[in-house]
Amino acid sequence: MELIWEGIRHALWLLFTADPEVLGITWLSLQVSGLATLASLAVGIPLGTLIALTRFPGRGLVVSLINTGMGLPPVVVGLFVSIFLWRSGPLGALELLYTPTAIVIAQFVIAAPIVTGLTLAAVQQIPPGFRLQMLALGASRPQLLWLLAREARLPMLAAVMAGFGGVISEIGASMMVGGNIRGQTRVLTTATVLETGKGNFDVAIALSLILLAIVFLVNWALTSLQQPRRA
Amino acid sequence: MRADTGAPVLAGRGLRVVTGGRPRLEVEAVAVLEGEVLAIIGPNGAGKSTLLRVLGLLEPPTAGEVRFRGKPVGAGASLLALRRRMASVFQEPLLCDTTVLRNARLGLTLRGVPDPEADRRVRPWLDRLGIAHLAGRSARTLSGGEAQRTSLARAFAVEPEVLLLDEPFSGLDPSAREALLGDLEGILRETGTTTILVTHDRDEALRLGDRVAVMMGGRILQLARPEEVFAAPVSEEVAHFVGVENILAGEVLGQEDGLLRIRVADRSLLVVGEGAAGDRVLVCLRPEDILLGSVPGAGPTSARNALPGKVVRVVPIGVLWRVVVDCGFPLVALVTRPAVEALGLEEGREVMAGFKATAAHLLRRGRLDRPRGRLV
Repeated sequence: MELIWEGIRHALWLLFTADPEVLGITWLSLQVSGLATLASLAVGIPLGTLIALTRFPGRGLVVSLINTGMGLPPVVVGLFVSIFLWRSGPLGALELLYTPTAIVIAQFVIAAPIVTGLTLAAVQQIPPGFRLQMLALGASRPQLLWLLAREARLPMLAAVMAGFGGVISEIGASMMVGGNIRGQTRVLTTATVLETGKGNFDVAIALSLILLAIVFLVNWALTSLQQPRRA
Repeated sequence: MRADTGAPVLAGRGLRVVTGGRPRLEVEAVAVLEGEVLAIIGPNGAGKSTLLRVLGLLEPPTAGEVRFRGKPVGAGASLLALRRRMASVFQEPLLCDTTVLRNARLGLTLRGVPDPEADRRVRPWLDRLGIAHLAGRSARTLSGGEAQRTSLARAFAVEPEVLLLDEPFSGLDPSAREALLGDLEGILRETGTTTILVTHDRDEALRLGDRVAVMMGGRILQLARPEEVFAAPVSEEVAHFVGVENILAGEVLGQEDGLLRIRVADRSLLVVGEGAAGDRVLVCLRPEDILLGSVPGAGPTSARNALPGKVVRVVPIGVLWRVVVDCGFPLVALVTRPAVEALGLEEGREVMAGFKATAAHLLRRGRLDRPRGRLV
């Protein structure tokens, strides 16, 4: 028990004294996962909307693949991104392995199916007649897409939350493609694993508290955007 | 009928829609004329909504041609440009998740009308539909009737050249439906908006339609004035669907003893109802309310209307007999077998057909000199 209390006490001290290393790791985590989420939104929202609105052969298979992708194990993503970025791999010439960019790529691969899948579901829950009604009202193709996105904006916020929450807390891919290099690719989750392994529970607890706080703050902000519309 | 109905606004020719090898729509010719309300009635699955979507340029037909003001669709103007000259209201109000005002002006917004001007053009419609006080409310909080009124305001606000209504009252409870039906009737008569109304409800078609098209199995079986369709259905299926009601087109001559005197063909009837001289009305009579008597017995005395006529047809339907009497107009009566035998009912037999003044159901169909003009 004493170990835990001591750990928490030291963790708070690290936080309040703004330990440079802890701050650095936190900042890198936010940057990497934020970028990965933004990229997955840029791809997932149009893609999810498109798939929701079109009928084509093999659509069922595509939807199944996306749903599978929503549960993609990060270690598997880490493995394949590693192979691709490996010095002798297809993209080895870019020399991205063990850089923050590699983590962004891996996290993008994890978040993109989540955002795509949730957007698909969000757009599909709009009544089928809505599209027809908007076309009948004189909406052009771009206007229709804009109106649909606006109708689905609340469930799409869930996609943002799930995407960001998924990547900031994943570890397998970050560890494999980032390498957990101190000062370069060490993020909150990989640092927590390392410090726990070394028996530095105080640092591990401090990092965990920060991770929890970030996940809470993001979800709280997005939820408060969703809620006040209740009339 | 509206005297000033004119050229076809929207017309279809040789329209076919086939899905999965099965024809859903096979319509030789249909057209809605300037200023008229064309009611399309038929059972579920008859292809009414498909026809409306095809005419509304929302679904391309497998074969056939749609013409807008005489010009084939696809030649010249884009679908979008043509759609922007129409407006639709569906069974579901299908509003956006925003305020009533923003919803109502959406059609104008999509046409690039700036907000202040859009507001100015929408307000009269919110007033006319009784939802002005809800302008700032979220559409999510509206009742079914209020939401459908918003949908109608949204459609009327763009001042469409053709208004397409697909079962606009079906989702409403009876009181909301009745109120909205009355308001819509008034607006359509005031504005003279060219309208296609799809409905499975006979009364709506009778009340709003200048002409009625009966659809079944993807085809239009009959397209005529309502009283013709109901009085002289072209086939058994049409008769079965529209029912065997007597619907007589007449004109109010005046009031008499608190009753209305109405001229139908060359006969005059006394019925309960409201109206003034010159009003055009439809007198609806259920066949079981028509009493038959032999001449000169003249039927029961409480019947205010006694019309001499000649039996045209006697057909058994189940336990009852359907008797058609020609009184200057056909009148259908349902009578029991003993009555048929007692009266010796057969073709050519002279009888008296009677009904009580309270048995008639009156539908007003506007006035001969009805003023026309746009709202706003």
